[in-house]
Amino acid sequence: MTVLSLSKALNEGMRKAMEDDPKVLIMGEDVGKLGGVFRVTDGLQKDFGDDRVIDTPLAESGIIGTAIGLALRGFRPVCEIQFDGFVFPAADQIITQLAKMPMRSLGAIKLPIVVRIPCGGGIGAVEHHSESPESYFTHTAGLRVVACSNPLDAYSMIQQAISSDDPVIFFEPKRRYWEKAEVDTGTTDWWTPFDQASVVRQGTDLTLVAYGPMVKTCLEVAAAAAEEGRSLEVIDLRSLNPLDTPRLMDSVRRTGRVVIVHEAPVYSGFGAELAARITEQCFYHLEAPVLRVGGFSTPYPPSKLEEHYLPDLDRVLDAVDRAYAY
Amino acid sequence: MTVDASRGAEAPPELVQLLTPEGERVEHPDYDIDLTPEEVRSLYRDLVLVRRIDLGAVALQRQGELGIWASLLGQEAAQIGSGRALTDSDMAFPTYREHGVAWCRDVDPVKLLGLFRGVNHGGWDPVEHNFHLYTIVIGSQTLHAVGYAMGIQRDGGEGAAIVYFGDGASSQGDVNESFVWASVFNAPVVFFCQNNQWAISEPIEKQSRIPLYRRASGFGFPGLRVDGNDVFACLAVTRKALADARSGQGPTLIEAFTYRMGAHTTTDDPTRYRVASELEAWKLKDPIERVKAYLFKQEMADQEFFDAIDAEAEQLGADVRRRCLEMPDPQPLDIFDHVYREPHALIDEERAQFAAYLEGFEA
Repeated sequence: MTVLSLSKALNEGMRKAMEDDPKVLIMGEDVGKLGGVFRVTDGLQKDFGDDRVIDTPLAESGIIGTAIGLALRGFRPVCEIQFDGFVFPAADQIITQLAKMPMRSLGAIKLPIVVRIPCGGGIGAVEHHSESPESYFTHTAGLRVVACSNPLDAYSMIQQAISSDDPVIFFEPKRRYWEKAEVDTGTTDWWTPFDQASVVRQGTDLTLVAYGPMVKTCLEVAAAAAEEGRSLEVIDLRSLNPLDTPRLMDSVRRTGRVVIVHEAPVYSGFGAELAARITEQCFYHLEAPVLRVGGFSTPYPPSKLEEHYLPDLDRVLDAVDRAYAY
Repeated sequence: MTVDASRGAEAPPELVQLLTPEGERVEHPDYDIDLTPEEVRSLYRDLVLVRRIDLGAVALQRQGELGIWASLLGQEAAQIGSGRALTDSDMAFPTYREHGVAWCRDVDPVKLLGLFRGVNHGGWDPVEHNFHLYTIVIGSQTLHAVGYAMGIQRDGGEGAAIVYFGDGASSQGDVNESFVWASVFNAPVVFFCQNNQWAISEPIEKQSRIPLYRRASGFGFPGLRVDGNDVFACLAVTRKALADARSGQGPTLIEAFTYRMGAHTTTDDPTRYRVASELEAWKLKDPIERVKAYLFKQEMADQEFFDAIDAEAEQLGADVRRRCLEMPDPQPLDIFDHVYREPHALIDEERAQFAAYLEGFEA
C-alpha cells in the first residue's frame, strides 16, 4: 500500500503503462521538464526520455492531430490538454477525426489515444481554467468518456484507458488532485472495469448521481443527510460513455428518488441524458421527479463568484429536500 | 487608399519544369530525371487511365449512381508524378481528390467510389496500401502525416510521409500547425500542395499574397514551386524531397502549380466565378498532351501504342463502371459496426433495439 495523491496516482499509472508498453507516449504542453502545470507527468521525461515524453508546440489541434498520426504508426499517445477551456482548438481533430476515423476505415485502423483533460472549477482560476466540457464529448459517437474522482480510480482508470484500443477522453477533477488515499500498486485485483459505475455509499431513500469532482461533494451531502436520518446512496458514474445503465437503474429502483449533480450547466448537460433514461426505465419506481443540480446557464463566472456557481453541500441538500417533499 | 500587394514579395517565383507544354525536354540546374522509354510510356499510361477513371466517375454521378464526385481533371501529372515517387515504405495522406495517387498505391478504383456512392466513408485498408483514407475536413490530414512521420523517427522505420492538400487548405490552422511541428521535430514528411488556383469559387488571391511555396521558409524548411502539369518535374522534385526526408533532412513544401480543369465537385458550377479564357489558356498546358508529344518526337511510341492505351482505358472505365453498379448496399445494422473496437454497452443496446424494430416489419 502506498499513499498517493490523485495527481501522483495518475503519474504512477502512466509510469506503469509506459514500463509495460514501449509504444505508450506522453504528449502535451510543458509535460517534460516541468512535469505539467499540475505535475501529473512529473519525472516521466527524465526516466523515459524526450522521445516518449514530448513537449509539444503550443497548439492543441496539433497535439491531437499528430497523436492520431502516431497512433496510425502503432503508438499509444497519452495527450495532456493543459486546461479544460483549451480543448476547443483541438475539438475539430477530436470530433471529426479521432472519433470517426476507426469507423471510416471499416475497422482497419485503431486509434488508442487518451486525451487527459483537467476539468472543473474551485481553484480560484482565471477564465477558461474551470470548465466542464464533458457533454461536448459524450455527444460525439466514437469516443469513450470517463472521469475519475479519487486516487484509486485515477491509478487504475488511466491504465485501463491507455490499454483500451478506443479513443478515451479522460477527465481529471483538478481541485481533487491533492486528495490522498492508500493505493495498492502491487496488484490489479481491486480494479473496477473503467466502463462501470461504482456505488460509493449505500443508501435506501435517494440516489445521488455524480462523477469527477462532485463525487466528494455528494459523499459529504450523504453524510450530512444521514445526521437528519436520511439514507442517501451515492453513485460515481466513472464512465459517461458508455453509461453503466444497469447499476444506475438498479439503485434508482431501490431508492425511488434521484438527484444528479455536476459542475457543468444543467441546461443540456449530461444530467439531462441521465434524467431522460431514468424516467424511461424507472418510471413506476419514481417517488419524485428526477432533479438536477449544476452550474447556471451562464459562462463560468469570475472566481470570486464561483462558490455560488458550483454545486455545494447546501445546494445539493436543498435538492434532496425538494425530492423528499414530493 | 491603394494597397501595395508587392509588399513582402520577393523575386518572381521560379517554376521547376523538365517538360514544356509542347513536349520539349528542358534542363534544370537542381533537378533532373533520367527515364527509360519504358518508364515514360508507363507514366503516360497512368495519366490516361486515371483521367478515364475520373471521367467515368463524373458520368456515374450525372446518371445518379454517385452522390457527388471530386474530379482530378487537369491534376493528373501532379498526382502521378508525386505518386510514382513513393516507395513501398512511404505513407501517403490524401485529401478527397487524390484518385491518381490512389492509383499509384494500387487502390482498386471501385473502392474510391464507395464513399461518393454513399456505401461507406472509405472502403480501402490504409495499412495495406500505405495510402490513408480520404480526408474531407480541409487540411486535417497534414497533422496526421506529421504525427506519422514522428512515429517513423521513433520506430526507426525507413520511409517518409507525404501529405496532399490544396491552395485553400493552406489557410487552415491545422496546415500551419503541421508546418510548425514538422519543422521543430524535423519530421520526415513532404508537404505536397496542389495549387489548382481555385478553392471552390475563391481564387488563390483569397488565400495568399505570396506564392505558397514561400511560406515554408518562414517555418524553417525549404519550399519550391513545380510545374504541376509536368509529370517528369513532379516526379523529380518529389523523389528529391522524399529522399531528403528519409535521410533526416526534414520536411519540404512542394507547391505543384496546376489547374482544376473541372468543377470543384459535380455539384459546383464554375461558370459563375471564372472566365472561359482562363480555362482555354490552361488547356494548352495539358499534362497528358505534352507527354504524348514527347513520346512521338522521341520516337518512343507509335500510334499502335497510343491506340492500345486508349483501348485499355476504355476497358478499365467499363470495368470500374460495371463493378460500381454491382457494389452491394450496406445493411441497416451496419450503422453500428466499427464505431468502437471494444464492446460498448450503448452501441449494443441500440443495435438490439433497432434490430427488434426492423424485425417487426418482417412478421
